[in-house]
Amino acid sequence: MCGIAGYLNLSDGSRPEQTQLDKMIKMLRHRGPDDFGFYTDKQIGLAHARLSIIDLEGGHQPMADGDESVWLVFNGEIFNYIELREQLMKAGVHFKSHSDTEVIIYLYKIYGLDFAKHLNGQFAIALWDKTSSTLILARDRVGIDPLFYSIQDNKLYFASEIKSILAVAPHSPSLNIQSLNQILTYWSAVAADTLFENIFEVKPGEMLIVNQGKIKSQRYWDWLYPDDAAENYLPGSEQDLAAELHDKLVQATQIRLRSDVPVAAYLSGGLDSSVLVSLIHHYGNVPLRTFSIGFEDKSLDESSFQQELIKHVGTEHSHMLCKNQDIAQHFERTIWHTETTILRTAPVPMMMLSGLVHSSGYKVVLTGEGSDEVLGGYDIFKEGKIRQFWAKNPQSRFRPLLLKKLYPYLDISQSNSRAYLEAFFGIHLDQSSAAGFAHMPRWNTTSKTKTFLAPAISDKINQDTNIQFEKSLDEMTGNWHAFNKSQYVEARVLMAKYLLSSQGDRMLMSNAVEGRFPFLDHNVIEFANKLKPSLKMKVLNEKYLLKKSMQQYLPASIVKRNKQPYRAPDIPSFFYPGAPEYIDELLSANSIRDAGYFDDKKVGMLVKKIRAGKATGYKDNMTLMAVLSTQMWHQLFIKDFRTRNY
Amino acid sequence: MELRDKLRAFILESYLFTDDQTQLDDKASFLQSGIIDSTGILELIFFLEEQYGIKVADEEMIPENLDSVDNVMKFVSSKK
Repeated sequence: MCGIAGYLNLSDGSRPEQTQLDKMIKMLRHRGPDDFGFYTDKQIGLAHARLSIIDLEGGHQPMADGDESVWLVFNGEIFNYIELREQLMKAGVHFKSHSDTEVIIYLYKIYGLDFAKHLNGQFAIALWDKTSSTLILARDRVGIDPLFYSIQDNKLYFASEIKSILAVAPHSPSLNIQSLNQILTYWSAVAADTLFENIFEVKPGEMLIVNQGKIKSQRYWDWLYPDDAAENYLPGSEQDLAAELHDKLVQATQIRLRSDVPVAAYLSGGLDSSVLVSLIHHYGNVPLRTFSIGFEDKSLDESSFQQELIKHVGTEHSHMLCKNQDIAQHFERTIWHTETTILRTAPVPMMMLSGLVHSSGYKVVLTGEGSDEVLGGYDIFKEGKIRQFWAKNPQSRFRPLLLKKLYPYLDISQSNSRAYLEAFFGIHLDQSSAAGFAHMPRWNTTSKTKTFLAPAISDKINQDTNIQFEKSLDEMTGNWHAFNKSQYVEARVLMAKYLLSSQGDRMLMSNAVEGRFPFLDHNVIEFANKLKPSLKMKVLNEKYLLKKSMQQYLPASIVKRNKQPYRAPDIPSFFYPGAPEYIDELLSANSIRDAGYFDDKKVGMLVKKIRAGKATGYKDNMTLMAVLSTQMWHQLFIKDFRTRNY
Repeated sequence: MELRDKLRAFILESYLFTDDQTQLDDKASFLQSGIIDSTGILELIFFLEEQYGIKVADEEMIPENLDSVDNVMKFVSSKK
């Protein structure tokens, strides 16, 4: 992986300046410390910071075709580049390097805008077609690699990270209030929005085509599911489909082990990383090297399961312990990389873990991310199924009791708890056909953080944005099965806009480590999307077909263990004797008022409650994280950005 | 797969964690033999609704209908 940046003059202007490109790429040097490269012509400037992984000698970027009519900077990996290269050579293409970058250039020359459909990989691409003066910004199907842009004073700036745009943008950055409203509902801004006003992302599966000052976006891929009818799902026995899934996962893993540098894997102790490590062990033909993180808080720690798999497959393993205090120590750097508000601390340990990978001499890790979305693993899918089951007979005294299976602490034998259950999980039972039906309790709980917004901000929130967004999900998912609708929402919203960025690319690349995600291979996704939903979750048995297809490689205890969501400690990480001073500063009434996003009195009360040891609830945790991370974001990007020396 | 085989496979996989057919007697009471607990019954209903497209009413959630493989088979046949 690498960092890319550049800008295009949308009107006949002056040639892009090298000093501007220098400033932009300097902000991305953590992504690509191995090599810098630049290209300018009368209209465009391209810059590239390289992390060398494939074709260490020949992969310098920006790269052009033989007659220099197409120029390209690219962040990511094309895993099927060997096959594509062979195809193109048969078609008469003469390559001058062995890199995947050059393959993209010639795919474009032959297939035009359809080039992206041929790529199996993760990518953010800026391609300049000199002949037609067209810029194409394209992003991988699911959103692994980031790509942002902003149009200011007739120039289109683009970069792998927002800070690179901020370094040269003529206008001062500000917070997008509608995006903050979205984050405090869905955990991320939606569509192309970011927390910054007038800075957008190229959406996963889309490309922007910029020509003659006009900008058009074009979707080349989406998470598509069949309309819900038995004949629309893949035929075949469970055994046959499990075997097919197995083969697709083997291929997806093998292709992701292609690299000119050694490759490692994350091992959490859960089913997905265990599957992945087992597949590398059986089919990888590379030495097994794994990394994991554990927590002081035993309720969050999965070390015993990690140990079991390490013994089972025999891997050289490195483990690090994340102490509560580490979270506060690394928080500023984390927000510098997430570039957005976060509602939990989970990104911080991911940054620490990629630091361990980097210091151990590795640049590439495979991870199990994506399995829950693709193959049906999350509790929210179970919750959705139980709510659907309940919605079939809303008067039933028994149906909601199944929630006990998911949340064993609910004592619903008592009448007051039953009322609580209905108030929390029983919302909108009459909207069981909505795409967001499963997500409604989550969105509803998260929205409670908005009571802490400053009145001046609340007044400006336009709730229509959220209504329109939810309506667009309903339109997209039409006649799909309820389970698939939930999968779509999860993949397009939380995974693409939060997990793969704030817990994925941004934390990995903060330490120049590339993540690879076999479960997000589009061949695996397209196969899984056509499976009958009950094969993904059989009643409440999550990832049923995955378990069936992989059980031969895994200890029974890993297959049967209850899924443990990855979580890191929240409030206790920031309030302890000797905690860093910035916490008090950012949460002080003055700072809160200066930034202007939150109500200083309410925040003061929350902090008081925390200090008295009385705040432990989910909502308090989430609110503290929202306030603290937004305050830190404000300090880093709005208040101090121009005066800091990077 | 026959209706009965699917039901047996579900009980074996979900509650007994085995594919050893001898572990499940079609006449054994789920509750008395500790195979299925109170939320397990709801999962069983969930399975029946998902698998056979029937709807189980609250008043039908009684041992006579749901407490053994044989009882469930009789119940499902009567609903179809």
